[in-house]
This record gives sequence, C-alpha cells and structure tokens, in this order.
Amino acid sequence: MSVKTLTINNTPVAAEEGKTILEAAKEAGIHIPTLCFLEGVSTVAACRMCLVEIEGINKLLPACVTQVTEAIVVHTNTPKLQEYRRMVIELLFAEGNHVCSICVANGNCELQNLAIEVGMDHTRFPYRFPKRSVDVSHPQFGIDRNRCILCTRCVRVCGEIEGAHVWDVAQRGADAYIVSGLSQPWSEVEACTSCGKCVDACPTGAIFRKGTTTAEKQRDRAKLQFLVDAREKHEWTR
Amino acid sequence: MTKKIVIDPVTRIEGHAKISIYLNDAGEVDDARFHVVEYRGFEKFCEGRPFTEMAGITARICGICPVSHLLASAKTGDKILAVTIPPAADKLRRLMNLGQITQSHALSFFHLSSPDWLLGWDSDPAKRNVFGLIAADPDLARAGIRLRQFGQTVIELLGAKKIHAAWAVPGGVRSPLSPEGVAWIRDHLPESRATVKMALESFKKLMGSLTTEIDKFGHFSSLFMGLVGKNGEWEHYGGQIRFTDSEGNIVADGLREDDYQDYLGEAVEKWSYLKFPYYKPLGYPDGIYRVGPLARVNICSNFGTPEADKELQEFRARAGGVANSSFFYHYARLIEILAALERIEQLIDDPDISSQRVRANAGINQLEGIGVSEAPRGTLFHHYQVDENGVIQKVNLIIATGQNNLAMNKTVAQIAKHYIQGTEITEGMLNRVEAGIRAFDPCLSCSTHAAGQMPLHVQLVGSDGSILSEVYRN
Ligand code: SF4
Ligand code: SF4
Ligand code: FES
Repeated sequence: MSVKTLTINNTPVAAEEGKTILEAAKEAGIHIPTLCFLEGVSTVAACRMCLVEIEGINKLLPACVTQVTEAIVVHTNTPKLQEYRRMVIELLFAEGNHVCSICVANGNCELQNLAIEVGMDHTRFPYRFPKRSVDVSHPQFGIDRNRCILCTRCVRVCGEIEGAHVWDVAQRGADAYIVSGLSQPWSEVEACTSCGKCVDACPTGAIFRKGTTTAEKQRDRAKLQFLVDAREKHEWTR
Repeated sequence: MTKKIVIDPVTRIEGHAKISIYLNDAGEVDDARFHVVEYRGFEKFCEGRPFTEMAGITARICGICPVSHLLASAKTGDKILAVTIPPAADKLRRLMNLGQITQSHALSFFHLSSPDWLLGWDSDPAKRNVFGLIAADPDLARAGIRLRQFGQTVIELLGAKKIHAAWAVPGGVRSPLSPEGVAWIRDHLPESRATVKMALESFKKLMGSLTTEIDKFGHFSSLFMGLVGKNGEWEHYGGQIRFTDSEGNIVADGLREDDYQDYLGEAVEKWSYLKFPYYKPLGYPDGIYRVGPLARVNICSNFGTPEADKELQEFRARAGGVANSSFFYHYARLIEILAALERIEQLIDDPDISSQRVRANAGINQLEGIGVSEAPRGTLFHHYQVDENGVIQKVNLIIATGQNNLAMNKTVAQIAKHYIQGTEITEGMLNRVEAGIRAFDPCLSCSTHAAGQMPLHVQLVGSDGSILSEVYRN
C-alpha cells in the first residue's frame, strides 16, 4: 500500500493511502473535533464538526470521510473553521430542547464538551422549542428525543455491531427524528436485544438508562471498541 | 375616595412580590394585600418527563432551598417505586435537610431580617442590609455568614459539591458521607453552635425593645401545621402531620400526607398567582393556618435534644404558651438552627452514615405518589401521577409560602393598620409592612435577590385609577 505525504497545520504527516484526514491527524497527535464520528462503525459525515480547510480547494471538507491525497496542505483550526464549528454547535442547541441542568448527561456530554471547546457562550439563533417525544417504555432504557442531535450513532451501532437494526431515521429535514422499529414504542420492538450499546454510543443524554437522574449517565465506550476488535482482529480479551 | 398604596417589589425576600395598601376616605388603612405576581408554571412543564427527573427539575424551582424540593421529590419517588429506602439513605437525607435548615435560617435571620432591628426600622434603606450590618456589627455579620456556610458545606459534602445535582433519588441517595466529610462537620460544629447561642442571647435581649413589633407583626389566632415524630417531637423529614390551635390544643394528629386532599383545600384568588391553602374542616378563609419554624416549634411536644429543649421552655414562657405573633418566627428559626446542629452531631456519630447501602432499585409499582418534607419555610408536598412507564401525567406541589399566604395577608393588614395613619407615608412604615412579610421568609421563586438591591416602587392610586403620588427607592 502506498504512503501519502501531506501537511497538517504546518506539520509534515505521512499516512497510508485510503486513510482519512481525521485518522492521519490523530496519528500525528493533531486534534480535530468530531461528533457524529464513532470508532468502529461506518462514517456518515452528518454533523460537520470535523470540517477542515485544504489549500487550493474552495470548500470545507469533513475530515472524517475525506481521504488523504499526496501533498495536500490541511488546516484544522483557522478562524473560519472556528466560526463554522461554533455555528454548528449553536444550531444544534437551538434546534432541540437542551436543558443541561436537569439532563442525565450533564457534565458527561459530548455536545456540551464541544460547546465548551468552541467557546459557545450563547446561541445567536432563535430556539425552535420543538415538540418532541420521550419513550421510556423499554424496561431498562429510555429515549428523550428532545436531546437527540440526529448523529445516527445509535442507528449505526445497533445495525452494524449488534446486528439488530432497531433504530432508524424517520421524516426529513427539520422534521427528522429517530424511531425504533416501525415507529413503535421501544418496548414493542422485538429486534431489540437490550444490549445497551446505543446508550454507550449516544453522545448526549438522548438515550439513557432508566432511573438515572441528573448528571448520572455513564458510557462504556471501551465495550464498543472491544466488540469491534473481537470481530475484526479476533482479540477476545478486554 | 379610596386610595391604594403599592409596594413593588417587596425587598429582601426570595422572589418578586407586591403589596397593595388600600386606604379609605379618611386615609385609614382599609385592607392590604400581598400579591405574588410571578407565574412560573412548573407543575405544567413537568408533564411528559420521566418521574426520575423530578428531583432534578423541582430542585430548580428554588436556588435558595433546592434541597427541600429534592427531598420531597425523592420521597414521592420512593412511593412510586413502592420501596422502603435503606436506613442509611434515610439518615443521609435527614442530614442534608438539617444542613439546609441551618443555611436557610441563617440567611433569613442574619442577612435578610436582622438589619431591621439591629440597624433600625427607620434607618437609611441604602444601608439597611447585610452590608450595612457588616459595617455596624462585623462580628455578628461574619458569624452569620460562616454559619450559613457551614450549612451549605454539609449539603455540598453530601451532594458532591453540586447543590443542584439530584443526589437524593427515588429509592434513596446516590452516595454516603465520606469519613473526611464527617471529620469536617465535627470540627466545625462547635463554632456554629456558639454562633446560634450568641444570636439567641442577643435576640432575647432585644426582645424587650420590640414589644410593639411582637404585638403588631401578625399577632393573631390561627392553626399551626407541620410534621411531628412518633411521640410528638420536632420533625423535619419524616413523621406525620399535626394541626394545633392558638391555645396549643391538638386539632388533628397522625394525618398522613397521602390524604392531604381530605384536610387541605386550595382556594384561588384572581389577584395572586399563589394559591391559598386552608384547613378543610374549617373552610375558607377560616381554616387559616401557619407553617414553618413558628408552626413546628408550636406544634411539637419537645425537640428531643437537650439544648433546644431548654430554649423551647424559655420560648414558651416568653410567648405565654403558644406563640401567636408572627414576629416569633425569627426566634423559632434560631432555636431550630440549634436543634438542627444537635441532630447533626448525633447523626455523624451514626455508623450508618458511611454505609454503602444507600439506594433501593425498583420499577414503577404505583402510579401515584405523595411525598412530604419540612422545608425551612414549612411543610412541602409533592404529588405525582405517572403512567405505567413512569412518565409524569400530573403534578401538584403545595409549597410552604402558599400555605402561609392567608397569614401573610393578615399580617400585612395588621401592620398597615397600626403604622400607616393619615396620608403621609414614610419609608420606615413601609419597611415594617415588608418586614411583616419577611418574618415568614417567603420564597416566591427560584432566584436570590441580593439584599437591598431591589428598588422599591410605591404608588398611591386613587379610586379612579389615577396615580396620586409616587415614591421610588433605589
Ligand atoms: S444532551 Fe448534552 S447538551 Fe443536551 S441537554 Fe443534555 S447535557 Fe445538555
Ligand atoms: S439518539 Fe443519541 S445516538 Fe441516536 S441519533 Fe440521537 S443523539 Fe445520536
Ligand atoms: S465527525 Fe465528521 S462530519 Fe461528524
């Protein structure tokens, strides 16, 4: 396999052909913020947090799906990118109903962490206050769509790792929402094995363990990685 | 022609309220009303949320006493799970409530109310606040601030530094008290006790000069309601409801929170967003009752701790049996702090306090739950109805300030009648009217308003609605 050489933030980087800019940057110790990206499952480039600038290309590209090519010059943290990222986060907050102070994920939420990282102190967009549903019919877990950012991690983790494909996206655009089964209450979806991987995958407090209260959500991300390694590399110990 | 005086907003209380004083043609006070002009709709927006979130949501009702809602909510949650919580969790919740009573009472006594009698009713309103107090009596002010800090730290040590985190949860609590926490509390108890005793001594000395206030600040007969323990002793978390009358007779005893709708009615008046609860058997408004420190001290047979019991005897001797003057709320508050500190001392010696068995897990086993606890300001009821999945269908909250609503109105009218005569209305008179309200330490919302910083707007309104004169206090 051939190796490509490129520059990220003025640092020369070498990466195997087929790798993404995100992977190359990670190997070089350069941080690029991500949100919909989840190690071990397919990439969808839905959130646009990982946008980077490539010299000579007139548009911003998502690092999580853009493959490295020879001699490109990448910038990951320009003022323009900072402004875009902040806007992405502001839009996510304005779009849903995020009341962090009473949220199960408060203090342990990727959206919240990114808001801090990009320096969002308020949102410049009017809140939509959408009417969204809460489903706590499952005996162990619940989904609060008010906090869902439609990253589809749950959809991918359930379909690709667990193979149950309980989750999907219904409707389009601003009306889109995550459904279980054929838009049934979660408890009625026979495909659900109650494995809890979606709880671990969800970056926010949208999918949670029932009975957890404010700031109590914990995720076992290592479990997801373990399952991927077990399947792909046949490593069976954790 | 009738005239109306409006005090808006009322200062040094938690929240936003307004007082209107109605004068008759002769310029005498006809009536006075205490309005709560905020509407927050908490009960409504809890609907549709999982009941486990209620502790976190309702704790947000109030930044001054989140703990009270937390506990009432957790107790209601226990009912929905239909579990008896581990003994350690019961004691830990009690400990937190005692910390809460200490900090809240210290705030009310030292920061909010003492400027009135220490600096003078008619003193400069710009200085008649905790900052003026610091200038005039730095030792007392500082001791008061430290006492409040002590109570707050007890809460933080339990709630893992997050005042608003839902530490008390349906089924118990999240974590026990660490040995370091126990040690910290033990170290700081003596200083806190000394402060309360000092405050008690100076307040008792002052009382001789406050006879008019004692007589006029809401001195009337009413029922008193609160929780008492198995043997009628002072309670703040468990026990059952007792009503006594102005002579100290027990009117009802052993009432369960589950039946609150049988003995409590809630009237609505169109000029206030606060409901008017009353004791049902006597009807509205005759079923007026008071809750909070004064009520708890009046209804209990004893405190069950030596120093508080000694103070209780003296309190009753000074009040001539039952304290019917609302001014005694302040006195009762100090004794309650002492009792809380004594109980904290007992609790930290209990080995259960660091037990790891603190939370019972269960599903939805009951679709309706009613929980009760004593907030610093009085008895607090939470009532939830949920569906089979635990999603809230309906919420009713009966808060302490609401239950004192009738009594606060009566107090305001009494003070206004005594102090406001003729057409000249001085700031000092208005301050006394406000102070009558402050005796109840009403908590109208969730926000802390820094002492003395709220402007006061007084309007004299003629019967035709025209403003006859206007005074601003900035
Ligand atoms: S999911 Fe994250 S951002 Fe949304 S309310 Fe919860 S903590 Fe806040
Ligand atoms: S429920 Fe969670 S994981 Fe699923 S799409 Fe929404 S935010 Fe992403
Ligand atoms: S992480 Fe690349 S688009 Fe979401």
